[in-house]
Amino acid sequence: MNPLLETRNLQVRIAQQTVCQDLNIALLPGQCWAILGINGAGKTTLLHSLAGLRAAQGGEVVVQQRPLPDYPRRELAQRLGLLFQDIQDPFPSTVMETALMGRHPYTKAWQWENANDYRIATEALTQVGLHTLAQRQINTLSGGERQRLAIATLLTQAPRLLLLDEPTNHLDLQYQHHILKLFKQYAQEHACAVVMILHDINLAALYCDHAILLHADAEPQCGASEVLLTEENLTGLYHYPIRKIAGPDNQPVFIAS
Amino acid sequence: MKPDHHWNLYKRPIAILIVLSCLAPASMVVALNLGSVSVDWLNILDGSANRVQQDVILQLRLPRTLSAFVTGGLLALAGVLMQVLLRNPLADPYILGISGGAAVAALLAMLAGLSGYAMTGSAFLGALLSMFLVFSIAHGQGSWTPTRLLLTGVVIAAGWGAIISFILSVSPEKNLHSMLFWLMGDLSYSPAPTSGAIILLLGLSLSGFYAKSLNIMARSEWIAESLGVAVSRLRIRIYLLASIITASAVTSAGSIAFVGLITPHLLRLSGVHDHRFLIPSAVMLGGVILVLADAVSRTLLAPQQLPVGVITAMIGVPLFLYLMHKSANSL
Repeated sequence: MNPLLETRNLQVRIAQQTVCQDLNIALLPGQCWAILGINGAGKTTLLHSLAGLRAAQGGEVVVQQRPLPDYPRRELAQRLGLLFQDIQDPFPSTVMETALMGRHPYTKAWQWENANDYRIATEALTQVGLHTLAQRQINTLSGGERQRLAIATLLTQAPRLLLLDEPTNHLDLQYQHHILKLFKQYAQEHACAVVMILHDINLAALYCDHAILLHADAEPQCGASEVLLTEENLTGLYHYPIRKIAGPDNQPVFIAS
Repeated sequence: MKPDHHWNLYKRPIAILIVLSCLAPASMVVALNLGSVSVDWLNILDGSANRVQQDVILQLRLPRTLSAFVTGGLLALAGVLMQVLLRNPLADPYILGISGGAAVAALLAMLAGLSGYAMTGSAFLGALLSMFLVFSIAHGQGSWTPTRLLLTGVVIAAGWGAIISFILSVSPEKNLHSMLFWLMGDLSYSPAPTSGAIILLLGLSLSGFYAKSLNIMARSEWIAESLGVAVSRLRIRIYLLASIITASAVTSAGSIAFVGLITPHLLRLSGVHDHRFLIPSAVMLGGVILVLADAVSRTLLAPQQLPVGVITAMIGVPLFLYLMHKSANSL
């Protein structure tokens, strides 16, 4: 199975800080990766580097066997999509119009969205529970609804690589699980790979099979979640004592103690 | 109210565009009829009208009305583009100092006793000078964020404002009246709108081509980038396009207030969000507003003429506040 995204000796720096010096990972179809780390460790910077939104300082990112800089933007946008944190909307627009923007990489400048695009957007809105609000103005939405709309726009874009910056932001408990379940299923059913920045170790343990621990002062650790998510690693990562206990059905539960 | 077919999304904007396309010629007919000399259309058309009537309509009112429509369209188009470029609903065509540069050059030309093409030519050069000044300073370090561009433009506009005040305070009294009219926006000296019309059509088709990308740019440049829009390239093109469009409007009519700011918002408040509709609708509506405002400005206190900028503000401010009050949720 060919990886959807690979990094080869990737170097990422921001300001004076080194995020990673020599990162080698391969995202295979069906996998969900979590990026964990303290504030300022460079999680978003790394995510944007994987997406080609900022140039890496060394090494390369390869998307579907082709180096990132070789892609025309539109073609890349058909393969790789991002969920951003907190987008402000200065101008009015409706929920449906916003979701349909996800079809941009597939329609030419002079083309209109067709019935198929509309169907895809409607389906995505249904998946995040916003289909009844399709005609609403986006500035009347709550924070959680906005977040779900951003997720629906990404699902409308339908890339095979999804890079998510804190997808559970603003979501209530029920939707946190609903959305992460949705992404996990999506990855498995459509042979996609998902990378998500999370702050909740338990959500990462539940929904992500792989993890990148981004240390502020050392090289990142990468690997399978069940190997990587240990008391020792996490305590070192967050500079805070963390204990692992057995949950009701033997699922590991992490608590700060 | 859930549309069961995707074309339902476009029903409202299409209806608005159709209404505006009818309003455009209607407003021009109204404007041609208004004035101290009344018009007998049958006589004009079959050529049996007297010279005075024919001259008033064909030499005075018709070019002025066309010029008002083109200028209004240019300002509204520049307003839409500037608002997207700066991602700021408060942006108008003049916010980056283009009109200030044009005004300084125009006032200096008036002071030097120039008029006609020499005056409009120097106004256009002044606008271009300001455009490149803002562009090179904002672009200097390579990072070109909307905030940086906005700050640079606003500061340079303030600089032009100071120079304008200086010129006004040292100018002889005989020049002041025409200078003030120019500054407030005035169509009475505007030339036949041929070059403006060409720029309007070019600007309309170019920005129509970018409209789908502008929809996403208006939300967020990050999202636009991730959806395949070449943001930095588009940003420069939109800046140049909006600047040249503004320069063309300012050159022919001075700085007419409010049309560029409120026309896009009037349409957004009416439910037109998609730039593929917003851009052509704004051109139409901007033209209609300025044609009517100009007709009022030359008839309200006739034979005294008012600067059209005064009228656009007097109509624009209450209309805008009313609409914003009515639909408090969508802006």
